[in-house]
Amino acid sequence: MRKTFIKIVFVLAAAVSLVSCREDETIFLSSDKNVAAPRSDGNIEGFYLLNEGNMGMNRASIDVFNYRTGTYTTDVYSERNPTVVKELGDVGNDIQIYGNKVYAVINVSNKVEVIDKWTAKRIKKIDIPNCRYVTFYKDKAYVSSYAGPVAIDPNAEIGFVAEIDTTSLEITRKVTVGYQPEQMVVHNGKLYVANSGGYRVPDYDRTVSVIDLETFTEIKKIDVGINLYGMRIDSRGDIYVSSRGDYYNTPSNLFVIDTKTDEKKMQLDIPALGMCMDDDKLYFYSVSWSYLTNSNKVTYGILDTKTKKIISDKIITDGTDKQIMIPYGLQVNPETKEIYITDAQNYVVTGYIYCFTPDGKLKWKTTAGNIPAHIAFITKN
Amino acid sequence: MYHFRKTLLAFVLLFPFLLHSQVVTDSSRVLKEVVLNTKPYQEVIPVQSLSGVLLENLASHNVADALRYFAGTQIKDYGGFGGLKTVDVRNMGTHHVGVFYDGIQLGNAQNGVTDLGKYSLDDMESLTMYNGQKSEIFQSAKDFASASAIYMKTKRPVFVGNKKSNLLVRYKTMSINYHDPSFRWEQKLSDKVSISVSSEYIKSNGQYKFRYKRKNQDGSVAYDTTATRWNSDIEALRFESGLYGKLNNASWDAKVYYYDSKRGAPGAIVENKFSDGFRQYDKNFFTQAYLSKDVSEKYKFQLKAKYAYDYTHYIARDTTKVLGETVTEGAQSDDSYFQHEAYFSAVNMYSISSIWDVSLSTDFQYNRLNATRRGIKTQFSFPQRYTALVSLATSYRYEGFKVLGNVLVTRVIEEVEYNAKAPNKTEMTPALFLGYTPFKKYDFNLRAFAKRIFRMPTFNDLYYTMVGSSTLQPEYMNQYDIGFTYNIPTGKYFFDKLSIQADVYYTNTKDKIVAAPTGNLFRWMMTNMGQVKGKGIETVLNFGKNINQLNLTANLTYTYSQSQDYTKFAGLELSSYGDQIPYTPWHSGSGILNAGYESWNFNYSFIYVGKRYNGNVNNIKVNEVQPWYTHDLALQKSFTFKNYKLNGTVEVNNAFNQQYEVIYNYPMPGRTFKFIISIAL
Repeated sequence: MRKTFIKIVFVLAAAVSLVSCREDETIFLSSDKNVAAPRSDGNIEGFYLLNEGNMGMNRASIDVFNYRTGTYTTDVYSERNPTVVKELGDVGNDIQIYGNKVYAVINVSNKVEVIDKWTAKRIKKIDIPNCRYVTFYKDKAYVSSYAGPVAIDPNAEIGFVAEIDTTSLEITRKVTVGYQPEQMVVHNGKLYVANSGGYRVPDYDRTVSVIDLETFTEIKKIDVGINLYGMRIDSRGDIYVSSRGDYYNTPSNLFVIDTKTDEKKMQLDIPALGMCMDDDKLYFYSVSWSYLTNSNKVTYGILDTKTKKIISDKIITDGTDKQIMIPYGLQVNPETKEIYITDAQNYVVTGYIYCFTPDGKLKWKTTAGNIPAHIAFITKN
Repeated sequence: MYHFRKTLLAFVLLFPFLLHSQVVTDSSRVLKEVVLNTKPYQEVIPVQSLSGVLLENLASHNVADALRYFAGTQIKDYGGFGGLKTVDVRNMGTHHVGVFYDGIQLGNAQNGVTDLGKYSLDDMESLTMYNGQKSEIFQSAKDFASASAIYMKTKRPVFVGNKKSNLLVRYKTMSINYHDPSFRWEQKLSDKVSISVSSEYIKSNGQYKFRYKRKNQDGSVAYDTTATRWNSDIEALRFESGLYGKLNNASWDAKVYYYDSKRGAPGAIVENKFSDGFRQYDKNFFTQAYLSKDVSEKYKFQLKAKYAYDYTHYIARDTTKVLGETVTEGAQSDDSYFQHEAYFSAVNMYSISSIWDVSLSTDFQYNRLNATRRGIKTQFSFPQRYTALVSLATSYRYEGFKVLGNVLVTRVIEEVEYNAKAPNKTEMTPALFLGYTPFKKYDFNLRAFAKRIFRMPTFNDLYYTMVGSSTLQPEYMNQYDIGFTYNIPTGKYFFDKLSIQADVYYTNTKDKIVAAPTGNLFRWMMTNMGQVKGKGIETVLNFGKNINQLNLTANLTYTYSQSQDYTKFAGLELSSYGDQIPYTPWHSGSGILNAGYESWNFNYSFIYVGKRYNGNVNNIKVNEVQPWYTHDLALQKSFTFKNYKLNGTVEVNNAFNQQYEVIYNYPMPGRTFKFIISIAL
């Protein structure tokens, strides 16, 4: 019996010795993967991809694709900025390149991270609470924010747009817009802001704010539709605004604003969530929850911006779309016309980025970060 | 001496860290209480228990911290004094753990989560955990209704000799701002009735230092920052009173419980945001009563009743400044929730013969959730739920065999004032437990069980604005277990008590309630699409030894667990398909070593939680969370003069000042000291 006991003890001891101890924590390292053939043509050197990262996880990250080498590199920020405590931050929401600077809007970390276009090293961190999207005009960047004056009612704060000087990277002015402002476009010295009112369910905002950039004041509110989100502008000055709908009776929709009159001119009755403008084509997709099937309905399409007619109800033509759970990011390379679509999976696991040929056939696919979402092309100076 | 050396060697092999603790070995005292018991001879169900001196000297002060010492449990601890602490058994999820306070379940119909950090160990007599269910049939239907069950049993008045009253006054403080005075008063009202009253007040600013440090690949420091945890403060008052009585062949008790707290709910530490200001206000009240009577040798019954009221108020009102103007930071909320619960249970047990018992338990429960949510314009559902549970159970013994089986029928009826209501549900779930003692000579017990149970979707799952889905089905859990307990006869060997128990289990979660993604990251829909399969091994070793006046007790556990996510979404495998679910270590273990010598007591305890991954994410390097292990020490000395008994304790928690996180981005305190003084008369 004693032997049995000793054996058991030794088995337990062996089991315990399997366990490991703590090590020093090192910075998060990038990893490279060759996904495409190198190409030397064109002005586009590559792109940055911002992975949003699920809330509370501090998992926003930046990936880089290099056309010259065909290499996809995940998570470059922490490695190139090892001294930044807790890395890039929590919930990335937008990434844009302007001049030699990359602006990454990090929502829950309440900041815009400005990094160098070529080295990805931090230039500056600009504190803006609950920031959402960024756009540019002349020597200024404009950042939309859900934050607003404190009100008795918790969801009554009216959002603002902050103006940032792209040289000093300081906030210069701010203007109050509508409830929970999202994407913006600039045209003819005016800033158009899509107000969602997402905190105010079911009393969504339904306006686009028009801001005169000279005086930085709101000169008009255009009544468009509930829960506005995305915004793109075509070469003729027509603005395409997407609505997320109310998820119940009012479906997602796409509206057109005429910038000559600053009025809504069309309701296209197309569900649209993410959009990308390329010449006269508007690529879009939509994901809408169906209460009947307890699943999402995913649709894609391409709109001719001249005729406002749908050219195709497909972007992906080889059936790859069946593998994509939640399309989340959409971008078209303006030179090669290659199409990039990201798959956010269920937002908590690692997502994918897909590259398609201009006619919608899969070229390559690779693993990105958590919620791959926003793509900004790096062009030669 | 030879045996001693061998055992010592075993200990050294098992827990090399014991060397740090330098246990006193040359003195002794007779320990009358059985401080840690697994009761294998009567149980056909895996059970672990902590009570008496070991529980008192554990250097843990709330129920969640003590439960970490059980094999198979994982505590999700968000750090700080105000932070949430929940328990998960066998990685089945916190909703599958039934938590019972003096015999009646603590419910939370709103979110199904019991914050065990709120329950103090001061007045606790024992903590017992069962896998499956409690190993008896004379119990309410609720006792049959969860995949694992934890029983908190508070102290009952005990009067030594002619004493008619007991009073204990205690004060605790810490090396960080913390004040905790408490008292307990017990009075004998008559030969058959006694009363206890106890109360505790806790106030702490909750500020502790934490450190984040990362190195470059070449070993140089990339960053190294020490910050203070803010908004982890607490001010809490607990008041409890119990009446305990005996009648002819019957016993009864009744109690009231009130808890009131104001606290910070500390959030995740993320880049550029090292503090936030979520506040939480709680008021919890319940009153319950219990009566058990042996009517005849063959028939007995028990009755239970409870009413509970819970109020929770969350406020998120963080602000910051932009261009000198004060603006909001993050989403704002100001929501209050009011829950009512009424519960009644009747159990009848009849002994058909000396080896065969049957019981019928019928429970009825009513839940209601009201809310006021400032600034939210959608209509709240105001749900009400009526639950009836009926359990028919039987136990049969024959020679070395024991069989215990039951069928539980649950009927749930819901009503709402607004929005769609969940359809009514009827569920029937069985459980079968087998025990076998093969040898008459040895106290060696084999056991096996199979149990199917479910958990109802919570009110939040069903009705939470924009997220809840009233069409949700229950989440089913199938659990299988095989194990043994062996009590090695005392006296024969070096030790006075040695018992080993081991269990192997398999769990299968079907229709797991998980949030499904929609087109918007901030919008999720509750669905039944989750599927998880788990398996594991749990081992527990209890050891006791008296050497003259020195009493040594040890409790060691080791758990291996695997729990894989096989959830598909829209018919597709997620990139995490087959991966270990978040915060599930493959290896974990604990050790408690207690030495008592005359009026001295020394306790050393250790927790190890191995490598695991955070979030429902893939098992990749970036998501890896380091193992953590803490060493706690407690030294206690009691003095007696006249009728007073004075007790002083010094504790060190996290003695090696490990900077760790249980939940990613929620840093835990480093080394802290605690000082306790109490006077009993």
